[in-house]
Amino acid sequence: MAGQALTHGGRSRAAAHDPLWLRIVLIVVAIGFVGVFLVLPLAAIFFEALRDGVGAALKAFRDPAAWSAIKLTLIATGISVPLNLVFGVAAAWAIAKFEFPGKSFLITLIDLPFAVSPVISGLIFVLLFGAQGWFGPWLKSHDIQIIFAVPGIVLATVFVTFPFVARELIPLMQEQGSDEEQAARSLGAGGWQTFFRVTLPNIKWGLLYGVILCTARAMGEFGAVSVVSGHIRGQTNTVPLHVEILYNEYNVVAAFAMASLLALLGLVTLAAKTFLEWKVQQDLRATLESTNP
Amino acid sequence: MKLKFKHHSVLPGFGLTMGYSLLYLSLIVLIPLSALIFRSATMGWGRFWETVTNERVLASYRLTFGTSLVGALVNVLFGFIVAWVLVRYRFPGRKLIDALVDLPFALPTAVSGIALTAIYAKNGWIGQFLEPLGIKTAFSPLGITIALTFIGLPFVVRTLQPALEELDGESEEAAASLGANRWQTFWRVVLPTVLPALLTGFALSFARALGEYGSVVFISGNMPMKTEITSLLIITKLEQYDYAGATAIAVVMLGASFTILLGINLLQWWAGSGSRKAA
Repeated sequence: MAGQALTHGGRSRAAAHDPLWLRIVLIVVAIGFVGVFLVLPLAAIFFEALRDGVGAALKAFRDPAAWSAIKLTLIATGISVPLNLVFGVAAAWAIAKFEFPGKSFLITLIDLPFAVSPVISGLIFVLLFGAQGWFGPWLKSHDIQIIFAVPGIVLATVFVTFPFVARELIPLMQEQGSDEEQAARSLGAGGWQTFFRVTLPNIKWGLLYGVILCTARAMGEFGAVSVVSGHIRGQTNTVPLHVEILYNEYNVVAAFAMASLLALLGLVTLAAKTFLEWKVQQDLRATLESTNP
Repeated sequence: MKLKFKHHSVLPGFGLTMGYSLLYLSLIVLIPLSALIFRSATMGWGRFWETVTNERVLASYRLTFGTSLVGALVNVLFGFIVAWVLVRYRFPGRKLIDALVDLPFALPTAVSGIALTAIYAKNGWIGQFLEPLGIKTAFSPLGITIALTFIGLPFVVRTLQPALEELDGESEEAAASLGANRWQTFWRVVLPTVLPALLTGFALSFARALGEYGSVVFISGNMPMKTEITSLLIITKLEQYDYAGATAIAVVMLGASFTILLGINLLQWWAGSGSRKAA
């Protein structure tokens, strides 16, 4: 069909393809839009951080509050990523390898945190554990503080990063099927052995991709964490919250210096994403070829 | 021997993984979200209605929905051009542009917020040219729209790209060979085919903009009745320890985003049945 149409020659090709001038105009518009809306803000972060020189920017990192913010961000990330990783693998195994009623409803529920806005994600934990919350009086009588303290920040971070690993693994494992695992079992492999020797190598790039997206969001989350944090300098501030405080104090260079750290993290995420997407496609092709020769 | 193992439940671990998934899902997502619903259900209809239709709250809905809508529409137009150029044309820097499209996903929202404010403030890179023309960008609804356009762009481009890639050019060639010119081919063949994807991208971008907080709160100026978005109003209520008020407004916003998501699911179902018909 395509071959036939090509033989129609000049007129049909002109109507099926864009003329050169239109191509150039559209490419210029696209590059211009991406340049103004995406590249300019990215450049502004580093420009503002370095406007008084590298020394002034680095001074932001000499502040102990900056280090405690970095530490808290690493704690929140270090707890939420492994939790959501284990959940993601478990959920993907149950959903991709077995048939049961209500499967698509379960997938919808797993995606739910993406549909909840950041501020509301923080609010629900205030309603549970805040002073007037469900467990508020009980927590108060046992002298446990969750809201306006570190546990609240961790909980909010776990919530907003909840679907990342699962949502990456479920479609990947569904496409790969379970033929290889069944073969391993029939050759006498145990359940864990099958998982670690057969499944894990097949999903490793997708898993890593999910973990990277999860990490980036955990470190960068602002709205949800802002609601549950007490905004106490040096105690309950994550890096994004520290950026906000510095900015609101008109300490622009320090704010953008800390923001540069987060922007670099974002750029690493982008690079990793581009690389891993390519890897996941390769893996998928390899498994599909080995199962349907 | 082998036949026996071909049985479907040959793989172990369903009970363990399913049980754990449901437990974790309930603890982290379902129970906390039900607190929101329960809380608003106990406040009584009269008080709920009074809270969510208060003048200041209504002004925040108008601002949030209006700017989100304009942002999503801008993204539909330019997102389409970007996706079209990335899928159809080969030019130097294409891969870089393609990777950059995800920047708003990768950049923490607070970072985007202060960067956009720096650019559009009256002494900023772009703001200094707009200010003499009498166009106030930062601390006005226009600034909010720009921030919402920024964060919504990847949704439109990333939903459109696969749809445009599926267009193999055959139907375009066919339309052309039947005498259609390029415009007719575009309006009658290309656009109807990718319309579900375009609408899905629009809805995703719109839904994300409704709940956005970090990238907007710096550029908006946060003046009650004028530049106060609904997410910020929820936080203001919380800071005044008005939990019931914050919850009521949150329920309205959550209802709006769930309605949009339901619409997206219907759209995808429509797109799915459409492509089956074509095949």
